[in-house]
Amino acid sequence: MSAPVSMPRLAGLFVVLAAVMAFAAAFSDAPAYRQIPPDTGVIKFSFSHRADRSQECRRLTPEELAKLPPNMRRPVECPRGRRGIVAELTIDNKTVFSGEIPPSGFAKDGPSQIYRRFVVKAGSHTVTARLRDTPRTEGFDHERTEAVTVAPGQSLALDFRPEHGGFVWR
Amino acid sequence: MIAALRHGVRRVFDVAERSLDRLAGPALNPLAQLGALGFFLFWIVAVSGIYLFMLFDTGVENAYASVEWYSTRHAWHAGVMRSFHRYASDMMVVVMALHLLREFARDRYRGARWFSWLTGVPVIWFIYMSGITGYWLVWDQLAQYVATTSTELLDWLPIFGEPIARNFLAPSSLSNRFFTLLVFLHIAVPLVLLFMLWIHIQRITRPKVNPPRTLAALTMLALFAVSVAKPALSQGPADLARVPSPVGLDWFYLSLYPLADAAPGALWGLLAAATVMLAAMPWLPPLRRMRPAVVDLPHCNGCGRCVEDCPYDALQLVPRTDDLPYALEVAVDTDKCVSCGICTGSCPSSTPFRSVGPLVTGIDLPDLTFASQRERVHELAEVSDQSPRLLVIGCQHGAAGTRTDGTLSLPCVAMAPPSLIDYALSRGFADGVVVAGCAESACYNRLGVEWMQQRIAGERDPYLRSRVPRERILSVWASPTEGARLDRELAEFKNRLATLTEPQSPAEAPAIREAAS
Repeated sequence: MSAPVSMPRLAGLFVVLAAVMAFAAAFSDAPAYRQIPPDTGVIKFSFSHRADRSQECRRLTPEELAKLPPNMRRPVECPRGRRGIVAELTIDNKTVFSGEIPPSGFAKDGPSQIYRRFVVKAGSHTVTARLRDTPRTEGFDHERTEAVTVAPGQSLALDFRPEHGGFVWR
Repeated sequence: MIAALRHGVRRVFDVAERSLDRLAGPALNPLAQLGALGFFLFWIVAVSGIYLFMLFDTGVENAYASVEWYSTRHAWHAGVMRSFHRYASDMMVVVMALHLLREFARDRYRGARWFSWLTGVPVIWFIYMSGITGYWLVWDQLAQYVATTSTELLDWLPIFGEPIARNFLAPSSLSNRFFTLLVFLHIAVPLVLLFMLWIHIQRITRPKVNPPRTLAALTMLALFAVSVAKPALSQGPADLARVPSPVGLDWFYLSLYPLADAAPGALWGLLAAATVMLAAMPWLPPLRRMRPAVVDLPHCNGCGRCVEDCPYDALQLVPRTDDLPYALEVAVDTDKCVSCGICTGSCPSSTPFRSVGPLVTGIDLPDLTFASQRERVHELAEVSDQSPRLLVIGCQHGAAGTRTDGTLSLPCVAMAPPSLIDYALSRGFADGVVVAGCAESACYNRLGVEWMQQRIAGERDPYLRSRVPRERILSVWASPTEGARLDRELAEFKNRLATLTEPQSPAEAPAIREAAS
């Protein structure tokens, strides 16, 4: 029903559309966002590690074995559940994380997992990580203290790899 | 409070829309084509994405290198396509936001329209997921920021086994297979989005999924101009040993990411609250509307004109249930009916010239019957002391919405059949008839303006008979903010009518009324 639109009006509509597109383009990568201050870096503390079982394995008695179907008569019974891992991270003698990390999974039989990110001033820092994954109730099974130098914008990750001897910087 | 907010936003839209109406005409008004533009932009993103995928190489090193390669060495085609891909994606967010605000402002989300609104809520999520997964693929510094922040945000939810963010702990922890997963996600999520868009338009007929060609061409041209002037570029290769800071954010997709850095729990709370709020809006408060249309079978021969004209897919032709010798009858889906009355206007039995028995039509609104329309025409003629006398058939959602003087107020002007205009003029109930509907590009009931224009022009059944003097009819398509224009056009029309020969005699009207009833 509408009359044909003249060229000048089409040009005007093009200008409007181009202006909206330019607005979209302008905000598609600006203004820049600074995630951390310029004179800082990041230390990530993260691991995925399975602690010891929550209860010791035990040998079944002959009577208990006899009650089981023949194909299920394993002499040793090991409960699935795992202990939580007690971990601690200090940076320059200040504890930035301390707590027990529960095992994952509905049956609490998975690894304990943590991922934390700490923004630190650029420069040298003394980092100490500790971890307990055995039935002991005090102290730690693994500990690593190291002086690290964090450059501005640097990201350091402290992982726990038992196969590599404990805490490792990545 | 919501009503006041709605009113305020509507005024802003009205000013912008009428300006664009004046610039390019209602048919090319981009604000009246937001849904169609959204679909059009989706296809631009899809086609440009397929093009880029052919040149893209997945992998920790290869992803960035391949994007850089085609953005710099092949800037004239692949680089332009990349810019098309990004800016059309950004424009989808803009168009989506405007579309949502406009439907809110015009109160087109409550009542029977709840379905379109509610199904639009997941569309928002899927548009964002589509865009965000796309940013990962480039594997530049922005991609690294998006990847680490997104995974840290997801890890806040206690649903994942191992923290996903551990994938980005250090350069050695990232595998090429991860990019294969991302490519899959970036294809699968938009496909789900397309499916959601299809659901979104299920409850309307003739959905506008393609903008007019001229508007589409101008949109492409504008996109091309911006793509050449400011090509989309990468922000340096990702390096997991460093924090990407500062990083240029796409604020259309990532404006909430800074909050994710600071308080992921708060962001999830905000997103959940916003989603619930949006989803609940059609019932905050529920729309009080008239009862839905009702079919009067003895007057319905199943011709299907009302089914053809219904903008909301609320009418269907079904096998006859009575003894009349017709194959079909009309059934009303009361859940979809918005009580616009367009069906009454399209029904051939809606003729006010009937003089035998009560005036009943094949399909009617119980709360605003066709008989009451005719009665109102009679009343207005009786009380009018003006010369020339005007009958204004006014849409409640347009500039005539608040008028009472000489006005037959309807939920949509297309509820009035053309025969009512003929009746008012030929029987001397008015010297001129004004059809005052919504603004052309902003019909509250989607198709009412278009149908009425076509009926008056004799292009759509039921036609306005050729004997009706066109010089005694004025169509004014004006929004509620254009009351002054409506008044001005009415005054000018009155002046024109006064100059016409053989004016209708006011004294004749009551007598004719008696004869007609």
